Amino acid sequence: MSEALKELGTQLEVKRTDCVLSWDVTHDELNVDVAPSSLVEFVEFLKTDQSCKFSTLVDITGVDYPERPKRFDVVYHFLSMYQNQRIRLRVSIREEDMVPSITDIHPSANWFEREVFDMFGILFSGHPDLRRILTDYGFRGYPLRKDFPTTGYTEVRYDEAQKRVVYEPVSLVQEYRQFDFMSPWEGANYILPGDEKQES
Amino acid sequence: MDGSRYDDGSTDALSGEQKIRNFNINFGPQHPAAHGVLRLVLELDGEIVERCDPHIGLLHRGTEKLMESRTYLQNLPYFDRLDYVAPMNQEHAWCLAIEKLTGVEVPRRGSLIRVLYSEIGRILNHLLNVTTQAMDVGALTPPLWGFEEREKLMVFYERACGARLHAAYFRPGGVHQDLPPELLDDIEAWSHEFPAVLDDIDGLLTENRIFKQRNADIGVVTEDDIQKYGFSGVMVRGSGLAWDLRRAQPYECYDEFEFQIPVGKNGDCYDRYLCRMEEMRQSLLIIRQAIAKIRECPGDVLARGKITPPKRSDMKTSMESLIHHFKLYTEGFHVPAGEVYAAVEAPKGEFGVYLVADGTNKPYRAKLRAPGFLHLQAMDHVAKGHQLADVAAIIGTMDVVFGEIDR
Repeated sequence: MSEALKELGTQLEVKRTDCVLSWDVTHDELNVDVAPSSLVEFVEFLKTDQSCKFSTLVDITGVDYPERPKRFDVVYHFLSMYQNQRIRLRVSIREEDMVPSITDIHPSANWFEREVFDMFGILFSGHPDLRRILTDYGFRGYPLRKDFPTTGYTEVRYDEAQKRVVYEPVSLVQEYRQFDFMSPWEGANYILPGDEKQES
Repeated sequence: MDGSRYDDGSTDALSGEQKIRNFNINFGPQHPAAHGVLRLVLELDGEIVERCDPHIGLLHRGTEKLMESRTYLQNLPYFDRLDYVAPMNQEHAWCLAIEKLTGVEVPRRGSLIRVLYSEIGRILNHLLNVTTQAMDVGALTPPLWGFEEREKLMVFYERACGARLHAAYFRPGGVHQDLPPELLDDIEAWSHEFPAVLDDIDGLLTENRIFKQRNADIGVVTEDDIQKYGFSGVMVRGSGLAWDLRRAQPYECYDEFEFQIPVGKNGDCYDRYLCRMEEMRQSLLIIRQAIAKIRECPGDVLARGKITPPKRSDMKTSMESLIHHFKLYTEGFHVPAGEVYAAVEAPKGEFGVYLVADGTNKPYRAKLRAPGFLHLQAMDHVAKGHQLADVAAIIGTMDVVFGEIDR
């Protein structure tokens, strides 16, 4: 399996030198890094090329890395039912960047791109109908960004006096519980009193 | 003034009576045939659907966000709550993803038990889907008969893990507990009784005139649609493509089982119904084979190591085991950094987990890829040109469950 993927990776690199930034095969999966500008062209190539035929879009999702200058990864999974192979494309973008939409090539990208927009606030240029999809009507914020609190900002309840559902800021009786179970011997990075002197 | 008169006082040739606007209606979110909380905004021309805009997210619980602040093991029960019709199949994908990253080998007995319960899950799902879809098109008896069998299967769930629905039975590294031999006997006995019930349901529906009229040639899906809209599972097989992940990309130990992949011919609702019926029969064959293999293969059901708890008896005598147990259920285990995509052939189609691990005890990001999400997306395409009453039949045949679509 992984031999065939390596062969495919090399082939892609040779055929599309301008699109493929880098590629690797880990855990028997082929990853290809692509620049946002060449994404549409590359996806089209993957779909039509006879040795690829990645005609099924499996998934589009985002990953947030707030500490990186290129904050988001948009990850595409494709499947070829004809060649029985999978491929993963990664597109790294900055927060203010837009990603070209691939809805023209894969109509199934429509909802996935709406979901990524809803959850991460990444804009897709050329998308026919970029509305929120999973969150509430009139929701604000992008929940899957790492700086969005798990509790959210608003809560809803039915107000007996106003006879309608009202939105209020979240008030928790108990703070949202986040335990640090990391072993003190491995992983955890404690700053002990006096450590700051060592650095200066 | 009704607005039909132009500035110069002339009117269109059509009289007011003849001018009919398209009609927009809301289907759901509390409609019984919507199979959950689905809101469809339908634009109707008479009784013909012109446009269909599904509004989803009414059952959105933020599972993916919640998963980022919990350990890998604590996340497992969330998978039962995705597709709550066949809970264990979802857990399976999560376990496979973790095992792929950690490189844990599941012991053979554990693997066989997983296959057994995945197939029970498939029957659970298809029973519900076939019979409630029949209810959507007017039959009341099939769901009553089907639920009786589902009840028996849930008892098997309960006897294996203690819970009828939210099992949390598959664990990274195997399954939680071993099955008692009596349970295997009972499942086998049931697998010989069930075909008779299936034949009864078959007799009610397959040649039923009303059922055929409501399903044949409704919601036809072509090979091109499958590629364009990313269908999987029965939505693919109903159109004649023998695509099944259990065969095409075997996971667990499906490659050693003998079963057929039923395919349809016309790709309509009726063919998908036939596929589901046949798949249940094939699942029964797998169940029988799995039971025979489990009996021949005694041993452990969990890979012993970092990601699984130690044996109870060890904990009584060994301090290390006690510490291990405590740390496993508080801190959880660490998964090496990396990203994987693990998919299983869930009853509804390809259910996948894209897991990004950063080496800690919590997933950095987990994306759940639900088959129903893509199927429902194609609603506009599939339902266009059909009658309003057919919308219910199409929703039924797409096998949507909002637990997994809204996540």
